[in-house]
Amino acid sequence: MAYGGYEANSGTAARRHRAIKILLAGGFGVGKTTLVGAVSEIRPLRTEEPLTESSKDIDSTAGVERKTTTTVAMDFGRITLREDLVLYLFGTPGQERFWFMWDELALGALGAVVLADTRRLADCFPAIDYFERRDIPFIIALNVFDGARRYSVEDVRVALDLDPNLPIIMCDARSRESAKEVLITLIEHVLYVTDTPVAHK
Amino acid sequence: MPSNDEGWLDAEAGPVVRPYALTRGRTRHSGEAFDLVATVTATQTRIADPGGLGPEHFSVMQLAQVPTTVVEIASDVDLPLGVVRILLADLRELGLVMIQAPVPMKAHQVDRETLREVLHGLRGL
Repeated sequence: MAYGGYEANSGTAARRHRAIKILLAGGFGVGKTTLVGAVSEIRPLRTEEPLTESSKDIDSTAGVERKTTTTVAMDFGRITLREDLVLYLFGTPGQERFWFMWDELALGALGAVVLADTRRLADCFPAIDYFERRDIPFIIALNVFDGARRYSVEDVRVALDLDPNLPIIMCDARSRESAKEVLITLIEHVLYVTDTPVAHK
Repeated sequence: MPSNDEGWLDAEAGPVVRPYALTRGRTRHSGEAFDLVATVTATQTRIADPGGLGPEHFSVMQLAQVPTTVVEIASDVDLPLGVVRILLADLRELGLVMIQAPVPMKAHQVDRETLREVLHGLRGL
């Protein structure tokens, strides 16, 4: 690979690295890291950011006002589709209060997968709101845990009050084939959404 | 239960050097921000004049010998993203690395041809 020529070639944008960023959101413990691991060509990498924040009502230690240091972890995986076309999958931090990290992740994201557990469907409401507000195309993937009661896709659509055109699919976050299908469904949805210029909410 | 004579400096205890000590207290870097998936490429194989650079700068340079993304470097050197960005900005200022922004790939900017390419690539995995 002739990387030595990078500087001289900087005018040829076509040769630039095309990075597709896909976000994977959902409640804590819903299987985000598992899904990243199932499709990533590298073992899911993890990067962390220490935070110092004044503890408000969160982590409430009954009236103790103090600074706390927390670490926000973010998992990510990589899929090289072509030498110059790479897909990055970012598992977003699960706790709501770390959402400011998402803003950076969401910047330039192609789309998102909201991973949901039908036993705790409400956990994914905030993620849905977030992507709707930012006009980031997303799909819902229901991670079917062993022994979990299975609801029909239509039940879930009603429960989440989702547009009839928004894809909702069942998946098994541990399975590579299933995780691939989730990503394919998302890209097809992005194609659909960008094809229909009428206001999508 | 941890006893007094063992394990109080394990990974759980956190780094021995506070992460931002490596950046001499700086939490922001000069110059424009770079994307998580911007590509970092070292322009040199070695640092001729180490000056004020620390071992972490060298580790980053090492990883950037082949084009690598910011986020992968952060994960590999096991340092917070914010710290790695500052180290990278230092190296860029010295002309030791090049940081190249990725082609924007937002849903409403990306061309259909690329999306089809992605679909094709995923199906072929």
